[in-house]
Amino acid sequence: MQGMFGQLINLFASVLLLLSFAMLAQRRVVTLIDLFMLQGATLVAATTVVGVVTHQPHLYLSAALTLLLKVALIPWLLHRVIRQLNVRWDVETLINIPTTLLLGIVLVIFAFNLALPISQLSSSVARGTLGIALAGVLLSFLMMITRSKAVSQVIGFLSMENCLFFAATSATYGMPLVVELGIALDVLVGILILGVFMFQLRERFDSLDIRHIEKLKED
Amino acid sequence: MTFLGAISQLLAITAALLLAPLLMGWVNQWRAWMQNRSAPSLLQPYRMLHKLFHKESVVAEHATPLFRVVPYIVFGAMTLACGIVPTLSTELPLAPAADAIALVGLFALARVFISLAAMDIGTSFGTLGARREMLIGFLAEPALLMVLFTASLISTSTSLTTIVETLAHRELAIYPSLAFAGVAFTMVSLAENARVPVDNPTTHLELTMIHEALILEYSGRHLALIEWAASLKLFAYSCIGLALFFPWGVAEAQSPLALLLALPVLVIKLAIGGIVLALLETINAKMRIFRVPEFLATAFLLAVIGMLVRILLGG
Amino acid sequence: MDASATLAATAPHLGLALAVVLAWLLIGLLGLVAIRSFEFISKVLFPAGSIVSLCLAVVAFAALPAQPETAQLPLGLPGLPFHFRLDALSAYFLFVIGAAATGISLFASGYFRRGEGTPPGILCFEYHLFLASMALVVLADDAYCFMVMWESMALSSFFLVTANHRVAEIRRAGYLYLLVAHIGAIGILLCFGVLQANTGDYSFANMRAQQLGPFWASAGFLLALFGFGAKAGVVPLHVWLPEAHPAAPSPVSALMSGVMLKTAIYGLLRVSFDLLHAPLWWWGLILLALGLVTALFGVVYAAAQVDMKRLLAYSSIENIGLLLAGMGLAALFTAYGIRSVAALALTATLYHVASHAFFKALLFVGTGAVLHATAERSLGKLGGLLRFMPWVGWLSLVGVLASAGLPPLGGFVSEWLLLQSFLFTPDLPNSFLNMLIPAVAALIALIAALAGYTMVKFYGIIFLGQPREEKLAEAHDASALERAGMLWLAAGCLALGLLPVQFAGALSAITEQLTGVGLGATLAANAWLLVPMDVARASYGPVIFLVGVALCCLLAYVLVRRFYHGRLRRAPPWDCGFPFQTARMQDSAEGFGQPIRQIFEPFFRMERELPTASDTAPRYRVTLADHFWHWVYLPVARLVTRFAQAIAWLQQGRIAVYLLYSFVTLVAVLMLVRA
Repeated sequence: MQGMFGQLINLFASVLLLLSFAMLAQRRVVTLIDLFMLQGATLVAATTVVGVVTHQPHLYLSAALTLLLKVALIPWLLHRVIRQLNVRWDVETLINIPTTLLLGIVLVIFAFNLALPISQLSSSVARGTLGIALAGVLLSFLMMITRSKAVSQVIGFLSMENCLFFAATSATYGMPLVVELGIALDVLVGILILGVFMFQLRERFDSLDIRHIEKLKED
Repeated sequence: MTFLGAISQLLAITAALLLAPLLMGWVNQWRAWMQNRSAPSLLQPYRMLHKLFHKESVVAEHATPLFRVVPYIVFGAMTLACGIVPTLSTELPLAPAADAIALVGLFALARVFISLAAMDIGTSFGTLGARREMLIGFLAEPALLMVLFTASLISTSTSLTTIVETLAHRELAIYPSLAFAGVAFTMVSLAENARVPVDNPTTHLELTMIHEALILEYSGRHLALIEWAASLKLFAYSCIGLALFFPWGVAEAQSPLALLLALPVLVIKLAIGGIVLALLETINAKMRIFRVPEFLATAFLLAVIGMLVRILLGG
Repeated sequence: MDASATLAATAPHLGLALAVVLAWLLIGLLGLVAIRSFEFISKVLFPAGSIVSLCLAVVAFAALPAQPETAQLPLGLPGLPFHFRLDALSAYFLFVIGAAATGISLFASGYFRRGEGTPPGILCFEYHLFLASMALVVLADDAYCFMVMWESMALSSFFLVTANHRVAEIRRAGYLYLLVAHIGAIGILLCFGVLQANTGDYSFANMRAQQLGPFWASAGFLLALFGFGAKAGVVPLHVWLPEAHPAAPSPVSALMSGVMLKTAIYGLLRVSFDLLHAPLWWWGLILLALGLVTALFGVVYAAAQVDMKRLLAYSSIENIGLLLAGMGLAALFTAYGIRSVAALALTATLYHVASHAFFKALLFVGTGAVLHATAERSLGKLGGLLRFMPWVGWLSLVGVLASAGLPPLGGFVSEWLLLQSFLFTPDLPNSFLNMLIPAVAALIALIAALAGYTMVKFYGIIFLGQPREEKLAEAHDASALERAGMLWLAAGCLALGLLPVQFAGALSAITEQLTGVGLGATLAANAWLLVPMDVARASYGPVIFLVGVALCCLLAYVLVRRFYHGRLRRAPPWDCGFPFQTARMQDSAEGFGQPIRQIFEPFFRMERELPTASDTAPRYRVTLADHFWHWVYLPVARLVTRFAQAIAWLQQGRIAVYLLYSFVTLVAVLMLVRA
């Protein structure tokens, strides 16, 4: 049974990685949000499985929280934002997509090498997942760097948080509930702030292109 | 070579030859339904082949013998490809002659020949088609190879029969690397079989066609052979996909009963696969030709990541 | 005569091989004697050279499984005799030289024309001297002999490249070649200096006996890599290749690309696997990385070329890269003690040496025939030649398919073996290297697929379509001797493709010598299937493959004829109903390379001249240049010029000053001696 769950976690981990790469390769903001939603759903599934394996009921709660927040609320908010701001069109990336993916592969190798000594110490059901989670964090970072629109950066930030959350659940069987609640609140507040930021950006520059912010710096 | 082996080999090739046009018709039918059109008959491809075989071949004045030989070579290559992919049984006497790498080589052989034939007449569309076909080929071919390599790493073998045996026998083992390989494989097969979003099999719009531009000069029996070969290619790709990702139901035991059971299973799996293909073609729009390298490069890199995940996670 | 009798008794194969080399030299000298009698040289001497080459190939193949043979000949300086040694490795390269030269010499006898540049007698002499020195490079068993032969190889090929020395461009190409060859030779010389480890004994036997520390061994390896890399055309020392190959007469390009580049591979193998015993792991990594960069660079540039011989030259760079990558893999595995996989990678490398020798020689002589028939090298002015030159066209098709790495020809077998050795990688102790393996396999697959693109472009533009110039309709097919030469080379490609078991089995003597493991026993178990490890793991049966495809084709043909009909009508091409077509409407070579230029844009220094809508005489022009010229060679050249200018200050123009220099030097030397 244990082995089977380990494999399931591994599967979710690679689906998470796959989704991170898909986000990296995606040009359309709407699809990006859908992918983010899928990522959240994978996370819910992974958390539930870990909860079943380790018999920790509080993980169910955190899975439910994730479901509510990251699969339902935040995607809905984001969809609303892009509808109101009318930014449904394709996003031009700063670096072309194959190059970005190539960089992504390099990052994956790097992350795995980094996580190797830690995961060897760990006795958890799925050892390789820490590397994948780390890779996911770096990939989200890469996505934030290569995109020029504020919405996709926000999604990158959220996906980074997803991967961190996954690292916490799979490697250490979840953090204490208080911490998780705090993080969830943080993310929600962060989204609100960023939403306000986007609306402000749009009002000021009539565009969501963050390159406009460069004009704000003092010469 | 056992007697049963020879039978299953013959059966595999015959089934491929007969079922391939049917699969094409099935996909076309479903696509028409999904797009709210009235669908052509399921047997339409057979009728078309029959009609084309009856027609006389019109060949350009200055065509070389190469042009006339190529349909046979392409058809032969695709038939052999269908013969070595374990569709019904893993007991195939021909399979040791060509492993996964040789299978990719076989597809490449057919592609190179059909591109050369398209360049032979020296028309504007022929050369354009050849260039685009080779462009797709040079990105799709390594991607396909990487997908097969991911499976090879799991089974530590490049022999297709061993791969299928290993994958079919997993006791509910889940291979995360196959998730990447599966996505990459879907993208590659869409491109290789000239389907939407890379190419449109029904278009004759000059600027967008790829496969149709290649075979523009063919007619009569030559065209029939090429169309048949195209449906065989789709069949072979579907079978590779099924063999890699849904290997259950392929006969392994050396019994005629298992072989007989394998056929309906294959038909059901192909039918579902065809519906999925029609769905994919319906929900996607054809992309600009400049986007195609990006699309295929993504497939290629995904396949590489699949291999990487296999090595890193051991799964 | 007494010496030759003992030689024949103690070292029969080596004696025969040396006799063959002597025969080449004699033929060359006869050419000098009969310097102006064109008929004699082309109808007697070159065919004789071809027969001699065939003898060499046979002798060398027979010597493959035999014990190493050594000999000393009192040639060269007194007290410093030439050592020769024929072991499995040198026998194999000797075989490649002989087998490829058989076809190329046969072609050459019909190729050289009266009254073009160098007189035929001198060409004949240089050509056979070139062959002889290549054979002796492979046979040499001491650094002195090796360097003498290496230099005579470089010089004779330089004179062959500049056969048409009245063209300034060719002189420039020859100069560049000579320059790079000599810079490389310095590296090799220094490498031997390191390897003899201060013993003063420059024989290879002594070097083999030395146990160098890792530092000096690595220094020796890096020097060898630099020296042999310059000859092989490894990036960034590749620049001479695309210049020299188009300049040289086609049989010479064929020899240089098909055979001479392999002597550099031989040297690298000899130094890193034999003289230095076992390689360190990071040597393998360097070779692998350098090889992959070279191969990718070569194939991307080849795909964008518009000159047929330059295209082939870049394709040679690609193949050298693949050889280097295979060697690197073998070194990596040897260093980690995984010897059976090392043997597999080495077999793939050696196999590719032979198959590249055959197909590249075939393609180069094919371009030679096209060049003679049309006087055009630019792809944009060719087209449709298959109709006018069916022999050259169909035989080149074999070379093109082999070069594109398609089954069931020779190129595919080596590719297959190479990919197998990647897949059979057991867990390397270094996790980083483990992760690199899939990336490297992916790159090799990409390179192979790009080679297919390049070859379709090459063949399609030259031989297919409509002739782009009117005069092409008068192109004549190759002469009988030229056809015979091409036939031999094409047969070689086919044989290498169809008989991999037998050929790879013969290679096991070499892998046993270099890595300690031979694949012979595993391979011999199955005559029709190439099985490097185990049937369940991987197998490939080219004969069954070919028979399968052919049977399907034949059956389709017969059935179509039987049940339907064979009616055929000739008509103008359809082309979507376009009312008229001209040859100008086909894709040009530039057009066919456009996707590659676009996708791999950062690889090139591109200059584009695009027409605007209002141009009355619109013109499209694109030129490609090499980044390495701009970033490496030109700065170095500027530096050298500046340095030379500084030195020029010494040249004062007064006799007294020059005498002063001599005097100061003399005094300094005397003081040095006294100290």
